[in-house]
Amino acid sequence: MATMYRDRAHRALRFARLNMLLVSGLAVIVAVVLVGYVGSAIINQDDARVGAFDPGLRPSRDHLLGTDRQARDVLAVLILSIPNTVKIGLLAGAVGLGIGVVLGLAAGYFGGLVDLVIRTVADVVFTIPGIAIMIIVATNIRTMSVEMMALIVASLAWMYPTRAIRAQTLSLRERLYVEVARLNGESGMELVVKQMLPNLLPYIAAGFVASVSGAILATIGLEALGLGPQGEFTLGMMIYWARFYGAILRGMWWWWSPPIAVIVVIFIGLLLASAGLDRIANPRLQRTK
Amino acid sequence: MTVDYIVKRLGMLLVVIISAISINFIIPRLMPGDPVQQKMDQMVAMGGTVGDVQGMVQEYRKKFGLDKPVWKQFISYWGDLLRGDLGYSLNNYPQRVSSVITGALPWTAGLLITAILITFVLGILMGAVLGWPTAPRGLRGVVPVFLVLHAVPYFLLGIILLFLFAVSVRVFPGGGGYSFGTALQLSLGSIADVLKHAALPALSIVLAGVGGWALGMRGMMISVLGEDYINLAEAKGLKQRRIFLWYGVRNTMLPATTSLAMSLGHVVTGAVLVEMIFAYPGIGHQLYRAIHAKDYTVIQGIIVVLVVWLAVTLFIMDLIYPLIDRRITYRRR
Repeated sequence: MATMYRDRAHRALRFARLNMLLVSGLAVIVAVVLVGYVGSAIINQDDARVGAFDPGLRPSRDHLLGTDRQARDVLAVLILSIPNTVKIGLLAGAVGLGIGVVLGLAAGYFGGLVDLVIRTVADVVFTIPGIAIMIIVATNIRTMSVEMMALIVASLAWMYPTRAIRAQTLSLRERLYVEVARLNGESGMELVVKQMLPNLLPYIAAGFVASVSGAILATIGLEALGLGPQGEFTLGMMIYWARFYGAILRGMWWWWSPPIAVIVVIFIGLLLASAGLDRIANPRLQRTK
Repeated sequence: MTVDYIVKRLGMLLVVIISAISINFIIPRLMPGDPVQQKMDQMVAMGGTVGDVQGMVQEYRKKFGLDKPVWKQFISYWGDLLRGDLGYSLNNYPQRVSSVITGALPWTAGLLITAILITFVLGILMGAVLGWPTAPRGLRGVVPVFLVLHAVPYFLLGIILLFLFAVSVRVFPGGGGYSFGTALQLSLGSIADVLKHAALPALSIVLAGVGGWALGMRGMMISVLGEDYINLAEAKGLKQRRIFLWYGVRNTMLPATTSLAMSLGHVVTGAVLVEMIFAYPGIGHQLYRAIHAKDYTVIQGIIVVLVVWLAVTLFIMDLIYPLIDRRITYRRR
């Protein structure tokens, strides 16, 4: 047994070396999240209140990223914004993935009419630009909160996982070991949970990353349009306010560039992670790339 | 291409349009609150004439048909839509929503079509060169650059470009579709002015898109190079350039067209936000203004037009595929 554990540790290390993409992607994301959560605990939250300092100060030793036109410390606002944006992304990604896995498994496993209905609905929603529906919903909500934002975005984050899981389930269903389990008298539910789900894990992980990054992208777009949670700190709202107060044309680069930088870092992390997961899900890619 | 396929695809198009428009009708009515009442409250709060507010609300509700039962509203909504009538702007009452949109649509269409074409051509060429085995080494350095560009949302890139080329270095105008105070006409100066205003928005769309394209094309080029006909072409002793263009690029362009169709919704969304950043007078900017003014009828009108436009474009593209790629037959296997 002991050798098995050592073997496992050894394998994990080898995996990390092989899959630098996934590991570095996750490292980037964890780093951003840590900055957000640890930073939020360290900084003085009052620095992010309207009117805390003089408005529009350039970066200096007192204010590393300057202050905005509402006289808030940009660094403080930035740090407080990260957890909320991450929260929206993870929540929306999880909800979207949950829906996607259930629908994908159902479509792939049952086939027939169930498959037809789920596939058609997914295709229809796929064709409608998501932002259109989200704008309609968001404009009709009186007070937007972070959780509400996540739910709205999640309602359109399930198509990709649904398609990917369905395709995989279709092929898994015909595998010999599933057939054997079925002959052994396992029920449909057992087959799905015990035999198929474990083999779907890489695809589920890839689907999660895809829906998180889609959710964050959509959130930031909605927020920039002015449909985000007005009273909360998020990266998208920072950009919205910066634009609202004309920070770009006034040359207040220290206001709008930090949230953009953090967003880009988050997306690069997600991109690396999904490329890494791709290699696990499709081992053949390892040779060509 | 079979009639069967066209009918099925047409059915799909209708389902998409009908469901999108129905959602557009239903969601605002599911939400608590009354847009007219809200609008009136807002006007009162702004310090307008406070007369018989309740009477005005009733009057407006009648005007917009909101006093009828929902199913009647739904029918008349469809009737109006089919006649191309999107109603009146809630904010600038006598103005029709359709006139807001028709004024903005040419700007968006022009910007989008130009930007997509440039992205498509550039992306395909760059990707193909990157996938070619004898590509210069130094060129491979652009791959990470593409990756980063791919990770930046369109409109954020727009903000950066706006700052760099309109604020720091004032090469391009800071927004709008043409210079203030000039009348649009078909003169050389006017065209140059319009192009100058379109340059940065277009560049944002191109730069943000080209990375993903090139990377996708690179992958496709690599897989095409493994095909037998490439070996045959080499065995025949054809010139490298000819193999590259006529055997490589030409065959990778087909799947590239497919992914163009797949990404169209993404591009349109991106362009809407880019227009907002540059105050470019297309529908994205109108949408932003309408959201700010809480002009619900304009918002809904723009959404309907966007959805229908995109759905129809995808439909047409699906019908064109078999013409450019004879391998696609759409026949039931």
